[in-house]
Amino acid sequence: MGARTFDDMTQQGVRWTADQVLALAPDDASRKAGSRLGTAGPWSESGCDGTGAVWGLCKGSGSKPYQAVIDTTGPAYKCSCPSRKFPCKHTVGLLLLWSADEQAVPATGAPPDWAEQWLKGRRARATKAESGPTDGESGPVDVEAARRRAEKRAERVSAGAAELEQRLADLLRGGIAAAERPGYGLWEETAARMVDAQAPGLASLVRELGAIPGSGPGWPMRLLEECALLHLLDRAWLGRAELPEPLAATVRSRVGVPAAPRGPALRDRWQVLAQYDTADAKLTTRRIWLYGRESHRSALVLDFGAAGRAPGTALPVGLTIDADLTPYPGAGQLRAALGERYGTGPAPDGPPPGGTATEAVERYGRALLDDPWLESYPTTLTAAIPTPPKEGDDHWQLADFDDELALPVTPGTARSALWRLAAMSGGAPVTVFGECGHRGFTPLTAWPRGSTEAVALT
Amino acid sequence: MTSTTRGATSVETGGAGPGVEAGAWEELVTTALLGTDRRPGAGGPGELLDAAAAQTLRRRAGLVPAAAGVRPPDAPPDDRPALPEAARRRLALLLADRSAPAHAGGRRGSAPDLGELLPQWLALANERGLRAPAELLPTLLDAARARTDLRPQALAFAGPRGLWLARLNPEWRFAQRGASGGSVLPEPGDTPAVQLLWEEGLFAERVALLEAVRAYDAQAGRALLATTWSTERAEDRLMFLDSLRDRLSAADEPFLEQALADRSRNVRATAAELLSALPGSALAGRMAERAASCVSLDRTGEVATISVEAPHECDAAMQRDGVAPRPPAGRGERSWWLGQLVEATPLATWPRRLGGRPVSELVALPVADDWGDELHAAWCRAAVRQRDAEWARALLGAPSAPPGEGAGTASLAERAKLLSILAEPERADWVARFISAHGLSEAFQLLGVCVVPWAGALGRAVVDALEIARDAGSYPWSFSGVMGLAERCLDPAESPRLEALTATPPEREGASPGAGGYWAEAFQRLVATLRLRATLRAELSP
Repeated sequence: MGARTFDDMTQQGVRWTADQVLALAPDDASRKAGSRLGTAGPWSESGCDGTGAVWGLCKGSGSKPYQAVIDTTGPAYKCSCPSRKFPCKHTVGLLLLWSADEQAVPATGAPPDWAEQWLKGRRARATKAESGPTDGESGPVDVEAARRRAEKRAERVSAGAAELEQRLADLLRGGIAAAERPGYGLWEETAARMVDAQAPGLASLVRELGAIPGSGPGWPMRLLEECALLHLLDRAWLGRAELPEPLAATVRSRVGVPAAPRGPALRDRWQVLAQYDTADAKLTTRRIWLYGRESHRSALVLDFGAAGRAPGTALPVGLTIDADLTPYPGAGQLRAALGERYGTGPAPDGPPPGGTATEAVERYGRALLDDPWLESYPTTLTAAIPTPPKEGDDHWQLADFDDELALPVTPGTARSALWRLAAMSGGAPVTVFGECGHRGFTPLTAWPRGSTEAVALT
Repeated sequence: MTSTTRGATSVETGGAGPGVEAGAWEELVTTALLGTDRRPGAGGPGELLDAAAAQTLRRRAGLVPAAAGVRPPDAPPDDRPALPEAARRRLALLLADRSAPAHAGGRRGSAPDLGELLPQWLALANERGLRAPAELLPTLLDAARARTDLRPQALAFAGPRGLWLARLNPEWRFAQRGASGGSVLPEPGDTPAVQLLWEEGLFAERVALLEAVRAYDAQAGRALLATTWSTERAEDRLMFLDSLRDRLSAADEPFLEQALADRSRNVRATAAELLSALPGSALAGRMAERAASCVSLDRTGEVATISVEAPHECDAAMQRDGVAPRPPAGRGERSWWLGQLVEATPLATWPRRLGGRPVSELVALPVADDWGDELHAAWCRAAVRQRDAEWARALLGAPSAPPGEGAGTASLAERAKLLSILAEPERADWVARFISAHGLSEAFQLLGVCVVPWAGALGRAVVDALEIARDAGSYPWSFSGVMGLAERCLDPAESPRLEALTATPPEREGASPGAGGYWAEAFQRLVATLRLRATLRAELSP
């Protein structure tokens, strides 16, 4: 931290933008429902105070209005409605109203009793969690038991890795052309075996292999690449004793052995560069990219939600939070756990420092030295011109402003994000943050030329 | 490399000695495809995977960017001031809500339909001359693609950047034809520049150019059109001809007369229609002559009666003047021809022809042999086409008269069209009195032609009628059409008067069960929407 303390900038009185509010909503339906409630009509007794609390009563279909209260420093929400969505449409609606209309949600000072209770309880819990006991204080018996459990698990993972090696060898012996034939059942079954072996990382990599044969021209090449890297991971696991510890930690994390974040925590003004969700049938994964304005470090915060539920952590793009981040172990790992938050304020910062297309691929190349299984690396292109496809194909590019080089956009990137980017550019260069990898560049956030306001593309 | 197409699957591979490595990699892929059992010289699967892993990492670490493709041209500048921040957020919300399910007929809750407010929001923003935020242009164009009623306002608001963007995406091709998109037109007096754009411009630009030149010098506009007329495609000829509708004058007659001989039937019909809207034109005279020979005053009985002798044939001369010979299914030929003749006849013909009576008496005269409906309907169409307020007023009749019993037309569609001829205050006043007399059940179409926001008396009449409908005990969704209109059109100044209606009234005997609660909800939505509209307006005024 510099001489300026974050408290000067916390500015809890500053209202968020509608985009920042909408980014908190768990899904599209909630965004729409919340938008409809973001008008003065259904609300009464709403207000906010200087500590970041916002509250209001929303008239619903029943006789008793719902009580909604939000602590924007968390952010944390509470609503008396029965919805299982989190945050619910009422809290999203109230925040939208708060962001748009200072008269409808005035800064009245003291919250009403029902809101005060929750706010007090929440803040008391937060203080207690801070001063309470932390992990690692358990007795020696527990340590011994944990060590034995870990050993047992490692044995099962090793058995799984050996089996996977065998199956890959069988595949390559007979030729990967077989993988294209209908009814080829290797992947699902093998993935299930890896789950049994307590190696969820291997299981999901195997499942991804299954999608490659149907992915269009060039699939044999891609399948060979991924099989080879999976083989590399197997070998690395089986030979992990000889690896330097940071790389061994990366291998453990790739295989799917759980690890806890390990200090020291880094406090910084973390700028939220992007937040997006990916979901499969069982799990919603939220990825939040942060950039430390003081430390110039990138960090990835992950959070998970069971199917249909949004992960609990929500950090709208454009926000800067003063917080502790604790890194996870492993060479080249950017993942970190969000620790204590000291405050939240609107980002006064423009885009992070960036570079050209060439610099972007070089960064990715360097990152592979630490983690060869890395798919992509967070990168900012300072002056890129989005180039839409010619009619009849769908190859978008991000072209350098100063030379004749360009990065292809990762296939499968949402069309809406790309057109938004093109619209913001108008043929002129924009600053784009995204993930740069071997399949191309995935744009996530953009800043139009001369603007410090981040526009989320996700 | 198996894939050499730029950007298709990966960033181009480079690094040291790409030729040698590419060859080695392809060899590995071939071996993998066939299987190591079939390539005895290549070693076992473990060796193959080791080599492939090393190659893969070398390829990924050695990536270089691709050659840049053709970049888009720069978007033209847009000098309009940016939206105020609150309005920008509002637009994002309105656009986000547009795909929400429609609530037609069902229960709609008490929150406003944001998508329904989008047209109004766009009109206001355009009135204020504000610039669309670039990052919202794709959703705006998607909205305009889905809803044709939004297109003119949405495209005007999208402006030059929007048109620039639409050119890059085939899905937004509609924008090319929809509007000139704010592209810069040459000075109408700059003949060489005008001629160049006329010959090479996009269709939308040419339509805009023709309008601009006509406004500046009608003669020059006609001359411009004449230079390329014979080589235009039929549908373009039709559109250009249609654009003459504004500022139509007697000087356009020779050109239109020529177009009566056009190859395309639609072009001929439009030319005839335009000519008949010029009461002094030769065509109007010919039609008047034909119509007058069919309609006459019969004074032989006790009361003067209009007698009608519909034409017996549709000869070549009539067809050349735009009369369609074939009636639609279910209509008699002769009444079909008669209707077209009367519709194209200058209305001033009739007082002369029918005994010098004022218009209000003419429309009240009895008509022999059931020809009355046919004749009145044709007069209605003529009044609309010739924009004749006196005839429109007479054909509408008194607003309080029960439909079908007064002198005027009973058809709501015809009434709505006639109303649109009247000046705005008169129109609102007529509809207000109609609603006071007959309630809301027939008012939907008539309200649709009134100007937004509904002026004082009209707004009060609607609110009163809604209250009466509630007290009568029916469900609010019987009035969902009018309710929806009221949400969009009532003056927000009416909301204080509506407050009292948002409470749930005590259940009455004979009322539909629970109706009171639904009405309260509907009125809450109405008030909320009016408030929101006032907010929208305030947000757009810096």
